[in-house]
Amino acid sequence: MRKRKVQQLEAMAAAGGRSLWQEALRRFRRNRMAMISAGFLVLLVVFAAATIIIDAVTGNAIYDAKVISQDLTHRLQPPSKDHILGLDEFGRDIALRIWWGARYSVFMGASSVLAAIVMGSILGAIAGYYGGVVDNVIMRFMDIMLSLPYILLAIAIVAALGPGLINVLIAISISYVPEFARVVRASVLSMRDQEFVEAARAVGASDRKVIFSQIFPNTMAPLIVQATMAVAGAISSIAALSFLGLGIQPPLPEWGAMLSNARTYIRDAWHITVFPGLMILLTILSLNIMGDGLRDALDPKLKN
Amino acid sequence: MYKYVLKRLLMMIPVLLGVTFLVYFILALSPGDPVRMILGEQASEESVQMLREELGLNDPIPVRYVRYLGGLLQGDLGTSYKNQLPVAPQVLERFPNTLILAMSGMLVALLVGTPLGILSAKKQYTLLDNATTVLGLVGVAMPTFWLGLLLVLLFSLHLGWFPSSGMGEGIGPLLKSLVLPAATLGTSCTASVMRMTRSSMLEVLRQDYIDTARAKGLKEGYITLHHMLKNALVPIVTVAGLQFGMLLGGSALTETIFSWPGLGRFMVDSIKSKDMPMVLGSAVFLAVVYSVVNLLVDILYAYIDPRIKSQYKK
Repeated sequence: MRKRKVQQLEAMAAAGGRSLWQEALRRFRRNRMAMISAGFLVLLVVFAAATIIIDAVTGNAIYDAKVISQDLTHRLQPPSKDHILGLDEFGRDIALRIWWGARYSVFMGASSVLAAIVMGSILGAIAGYYGGVVDNVIMRFMDIMLSLPYILLAIAIVAALGPGLINVLIAISISYVPEFARVVRASVLSMRDQEFVEAARAVGASDRKVIFSQIFPNTMAPLIVQATMAVAGAISSIAALSFLGLGIQPPLPEWGAMLSNARTYIRDAWHITVFPGLMILLTILSLNIMGDGLRDALDPKLKN
Repeated sequence: MYKYVLKRLLMMIPVLLGVTFLVYFILALSPGDPVRMILGEQASEESVQMLREELGLNDPIPVRYVRYLGGLLQGDLGTSYKNQLPVAPQVLERFPNTLILAMSGMLVALLVGTPLGILSAKKQYTLLDNATTVLGLVGVAMPTFWLGLLLVLLFSLHLGWFPSSGMGEGIGPLLKSLVLPAATLGTSCTASVMRMTRSSMLEVLRQDYIDTARAKGLKEGYITLHHMLKNALVPIVTVAGLQFGMLLGGSALTETIFSWPGLGRFMVDSIKSKDMPMVLGSAVFLAVVYSVVNLLVDILYAYIDPRIKSQYKK
């Protein structure tokens, strides 16, 4: 215990002129598991972006010919040299479908959380900054949303809007708003009366300016950690909704939707069940590990 | 204690009002005319208007909500569009199955998660501790529906030990049909309970009173259960309670995989057949149960930790 403290003090002394963020980055780099996870996620993003570029350049040629079009003569073929993850119930290459499906998890997961962050931050900042009745009204409403399980809230919203890409996005971002509103409000509350905020107000900065350029940058650390975890949850929810048939619809190669089809053929072929799920697991696992790593790096107090 | 429970019950009224309103409001916004669904596309404008008036669909949403709430208080959840039967009995008929499943999932979580958490805390930084930590990470990240499919692949299709779907009749078949769904539903909960038990045990492990107990010559097992676990219990109960609510609310996935005749699957099926009163009834019911479970957990704290109770004695 004491040895660790000394090491920390030494590290702080050695850090010298490094900024808070540089210091955090250094700590994060030393966490091997988190670095591996981050590497996996970067690769996933690159691969997902690549499919979008490929589709744009080829005019969906590969997408139409390999990812969507059916070849019933070779259906349910197990993994082989030509198709390393085998073929699905319509004779489509599972590896290609997983690759092309990455965009849904990666970009939809990220953008739904981003939307939730924007909405939640605005609500949380207003509640924390003004306090009083405004705070009460906003936060009680958030409490009510939090008193429903995520998936139930998302299912209810999708039930109202109908299935489909955009509706799933809306459902998931709304269900994550309260979480971010809470985090931001807590940070704003702890900062509202600090000297630098008072100073900004004293020189005549407007409320909006104080919130966005003084307080907000200081709430970033908890927000980033929370966001990483939320993306994991969002990806899981997207896949879950699609699995239930309420989200992204086949033949789009979304991982959860692929599993929903696989369920029908589970007696005939194991490979169409195993691989899409494995990708979901690896993605969520990486995000969780990276989130833990970011928390340790950004807020060393929490770790001890 | 009564005062505390009473206070908590009163605090629950606005929460329940809010939750039911939220669910009602979301679902009332759904596009598509329910009257057209009942009467079909060919129905005359006149009969459509008449039924709209009869169902009160021409009133503003808040008015309709108050009416719905009035019915709710009398146990009336409306009438299904699909089979024209009252919703409430159909919801109540399926809820016990969901409850059985959620309770079995919780049982799995507590029976597996707590001992593993205690062991890995007492043997911190050993191979066992590392193994359970990895298991915990994977368990939390595991998508429920995929785990369910994998379990079906291995234990019911490959080994043939348990049925892959349905709910068995009679104690023996019921238990047999419960194993896979309960394991599926309980896994992420097991991981959470395990992680929380470990960290909460680690906190009490090095307290002075533990040394005192050892110095008195008490047996290690007794100390673990009575001195450590009892003091580490509040966060564990919190997690378990929150998770239990999640198990109830999130049962739709597990029930769908295993064709379990519960409320979650029923709700999803009703969404697909656009039977809004059924969806609404199930969602409102699940939301209310979830809030009640959270209340019970809070009351349970007061029982476990006298300090919380004493706050409310004034």
